[in-house]
Amino acid sequence: MYHKEKSIQIKSSASALYNNLSVLRIAPRSLTYFAVVHANVVNMVSASWDGLNYSHRQLQSKEGTVATSSSLIMQAAWCVLPSRDLLVLTSQQGIQMYESDGSIMVYWHALDSPETPTAQAVFARGIAAVKEKYICVGTSSGSVLVFDIPSKGSNITLSEVLEEHKDSITDMASECSGSQECIADLVSADDSGLLCIWKSGEDFQLLNKIPGFDMTCSSVKLWKGTVVAGYGTGQIRLYEAVTGILHAEVNAHARWIYSLDVAPFSGLLLSAAEDSLVRVWHLTMTPETNSVEIDHMYNECVTDTQICGAKFCDGDGYAFAVTGYDLTEIIRYTQG
Amino acid sequence: MSSRTLPLLFINLGGEMLYILDQRLRAQNIPVDKAKKVMNDIITTMFNKKFLEELFKPQELYSKKALRTVFDRLAHASIMRLNQASMDKLYDLMTMAFKYQVLLCPRPKDILLVSFNHMDAIKDFVRDTPSILNQVDETYRQLIEIYTPLSAGEFQLIRQTLLIFFQDMHIRVSIFLKDKVQNSNGRFVLPTSGPVPCGTQVPGLIRQFSCTGEELKRLQFCNGGNYSSALREGSFEMFGERVIKLGTNMYSVSRPVETHMSGTSKNSAQHTKVNTAPNPLAKEELNLLAKLMGGMEMQRPANTDSGFRVNLFSTDEEEEQALISRPQEFSYDVINIQATKDKQANAELAKIMGEFGATGDAAPSASSKGDDLLAMMDGL
Repeated sequence: MYHKEKSIQIKSSASALYNNLSVLRIAPRSLTYFAVVHANVVNMVSASWDGLNYSHRQLQSKEGTVATSSSLIMQAAWCVLPSRDLLVLTSQQGIQMYESDGSIMVYWHALDSPETPTAQAVFARGIAAVKEKYICVGTSSGSVLVFDIPSKGSNITLSEVLEEHKDSITDMASECSGSQECIADLVSADDSGLLCIWKSGEDFQLLNKIPGFDMTCSSVKLWKGTVVAGYGTGQIRLYEAVTGILHAEVNAHARWIYSLDVAPFSGLLLSAAEDSLVRVWHLTMTPETNSVEIDHMYNECVTDTQICGAKFCDGDGYAFAVTGYDLTEIIRYTQG
Repeated sequence: MSSRTLPLLFINLGGEMLYILDQRLRAQNIPVDKAKKVMNDIITTMFNKKFLEELFKPQELYSKKALRTVFDRLAHASIMRLNQASMDKLYDLMTMAFKYQVLLCPRPKDILLVSFNHMDAIKDFVRDTPSILNQVDETYRQLIEIYTPLSAGEFQLIRQTLLIFFQDMHIRVSIFLKDKVQNSNGRFVLPTSGPVPCGTQVPGLIRQFSCTGEELKRLQFCNGGNYSSALREGSFEMFGERVIKLGTNMYSVSRPVETHMSGTSKNSAQHTKVNTAPNPLAKEELNLLAKLMGGMEMQRPANTDSGFRVNLFSTDEEEEQALISRPQEFSYDVINIQATKDKQANAELAKIMGEFGATGDAAPSASSKGDDLLAMMDGL
């Protein structure tokens, strides 16, 4: 179903962090951007579609304030809003937002961190762009920060803090199908496996809480009103977001799942784990019963690699990209 | 990331160090009483109360160089001496062994079982010496108290922190190559067969449910591996079977300690360049290190004649050759440079290091503390 393409080299190896690969497709310029975190650095690559040009950029986790310790980065992800694209970095010290090409830092939000380290780690993790103008970021304390993003400029404000999680946020996702019918438009996941379902707006509204079972939900997606959640047990679960009804449970991987992705147009689902396997699934909505079905399509083994990031490169799932711990490359696979 | 990582890093690396030293002491036919003294002295130092108090405080991990300094001191806590080539090799073996264990442990929580395997072995080393055994048991209780309540997610954060510490280290170790758990490029082999971790089901089943929770259908899929059900869970108590073998002693007299030192690829050299870039933290870190090592009490031989040297290589010639041919990218000498640049900030560290003076002489004079530190480090 898929075959391996030429790999893209990155300047330093990928760290073992959840969802450690972000992809941004820039159709007008026939380019795709990739971002992978290495300790306190983000490796960015811009690749032309003809495969002839690659340009690299590294972003450091330098903070707006005085030079303190160089903090480790937890995640880097592009946020696509109707008016603009931003690259968001979350670290032990705070949240940085850059123009999508990484050229200019437009916003910096510091986390409250104690003078001396405490047993509870401090960091931000989990990034999602929601609707017209919001970027939501999770934190280790369980708070979800909602930022209001103007259509241009740097006048970004923290508009709301959502306090429903008690454990560290692991991942966040917004509805990716573009469907206007879905009531829920954000899901947040945490270390206990709890999922919170939100409706965005001037005040974010909690629609539902789907309890966990004391196992980390490390990656989550929201597609046509269905929550797709990947867990430390290697399971994938499909829930109806608003009701919390469990539609499917899949024993998908032998180790921790590190990344999920959905190709919104085709309903293809990508799952990747520490077990060195990437799997492609197909999701189908059955409108009559308002339920979702999942079928297995494809396996790819990235030998001796604990995979930490996997993303589709386009909305149809025609191609996907993968990276893993200690790997200095992004491996691409294409259909056909 | 996790501020709970340092104690596990220290205890597991320390455990690996003791396995290797135990094997070398036997292989070099060091008299039993001397060998025993070395093991006892190092374990006493490792589990010193004041030192562990500092160690168990929530804190970020030290850099590779700083931690190497701690282990240099620990290895020299007794009458045994190692020259630089042997110390480098010892540290390479320790770090690659623990990297392997962290990478391969089935669940993040199993890092604690790996640590318990090391602790069990350390207890066995000092089983005839109740006073040291008590010290080790005290730490054992502390480990259980602090770590057993942590959630799976917190253990994963600890594991991720450790993996960042070990990132880009691809030193080839002959025992791993022989066992076919490491590839010639230095990467570890990850099996897609064998038992799945506790709490995980063998991949391959899809279950669909109706809106009322009824199971509608079951589908099987090909998992691309050859997995079997999970083994029973190991004991997280002070005693009991750990079930997993990671962290147990893999050396014996018939399986000697060897390393292949080589740059694995042009990439590895490139990474090292990134990692050894001047660290703005150096000063802050050395202060913390000073605090930590302030708790390390060193045993000094009553007369220096009883000291001896242990070699991690088969012959002295091989050892000399290793020192000369060691690739630059594996050199550990950064702390020395930083120490000269920042003499005053490191007065505290220098003082402590001074107390570890290799000859056991009186503390060096105040004016030359920084230089003494350097001299001492160079002498290792």
